[in-house]
Amino acid sequence: MGATYWWMLLGMALVTYIPRMIPLTFLDGRKLPPFLTGVLGNIPYAVLGALIFPAIFHVQQGDLLFGIIGAVTAFTIALAGLGLMPVVLGTIGVLAVYSLFM
Amino acid sequence: MERTPFKKGLRAGISIGIGYFPVALTFGLLAKSAGLSIVEATAMSIFVFAGAAQYISLSLLKLGVDPFLIVVNTFVVNIRHFLMTASLNEKLQPSSKPVKAAVAFGVTDETFSVIATAKEGKVSSAEAAGVIAVAYGSWVVFTAAGHLIGDFLPGFLQAAMSIALYALFVALLVPSMKGNRKVVLLASSSALLSCLFYYTGLLTTGWAILASTLIAAVAVELLYVKTGRAYGLPLEKEEC
Repeated sequence: MGATYWWMLLGMALVTYIPRMIPLTFLDGRKLPPFLTGVLGNIPYAVLGALIFPAIFHVQQGDLLFGIIGAVTAFTIALAGLGLMPVVLGTIGVLAVYSLFM
Repeated sequence: MERTPFKKGLRAGISIGIGYFPVALTFGLLAKSAGLSIVEATAMSIFVFAGAAQYISLSLLKLGVDPFLIVVNTFVVNIRHFLMTASLNEKLQPSSKPVKAAVAFGVTDETFSVIATAKEGKVSSAEAAGVIAVAYGSWVVFTAAGHLIGDFLPGFLQAAMSIALYALFVALLVPSMKGNRKVVLLASSSALLSCLFYYTGLLTTGWAILASTLIAAVAVELLYVKTGRAYGLPLEKEEC
């Protein structure tokens, strides 16, 4: 990958660390405007929606069925109220069977 | 026998360490298939330590996206930590700025949840450092391990493991959706926008994620303010 990769890594490290560091180090009880707090609180859920769809369908290029089975399995296990590990390992397991026989 | 706060933190961090195992392993595996060396892949886990952002960077690298856009995207994906560390500030015992700046490095979605929901009063920096040490160690070690075992895993298993990150996203999202309409609305509207941008070819992946997230987060908040609902911090399930 070369030098570009390491510059990118430096950039990624900085933009990840700075939002973690500034509030914890300098905020000390100061409050943000409520609307901004609201929007920031929304971001984790909005970002997950945008991250999952449509990318989950296209995990294996040219095999839409793989993605659909993966999505349905993951949502089913998660909706059943099982934890993080069962969702991840269960979905991998189902797709392993699918990949083995297709 | 009295436990030191650091050791107490280590114990509390074990569940995260275990949870990171398949996700970090898959990251190492995918990094290899994206063309990163073991040093490059492990360095990303060492210096960035942000699961979702790292995975996205891999898919963007594979697509040949401009590295600058990957950095911008990392920023947008990780800006949520701003809110988490702001609220963590209230939960941590006072300590010097350098100590807090060091603890800040290890605040991820998972370490945040464990530290923020610790029962008895304020948490010391040493205890937070213990939680982070286990999570970070697991993340870095299993990234390298995933890269190493890549060659030995049969192809069908490697293919199946490519779903790991998305399954983790689903596992993180679904419990918050239950009984919380705002979260359902946020996730579904950003998902629809993201699909729209993707299938119309209007925006490339990086910008599509960025735009969908910001539009949904702002629009839903405006809707809630307009309809007079309280400013919800949906980090905790509080409504309904």
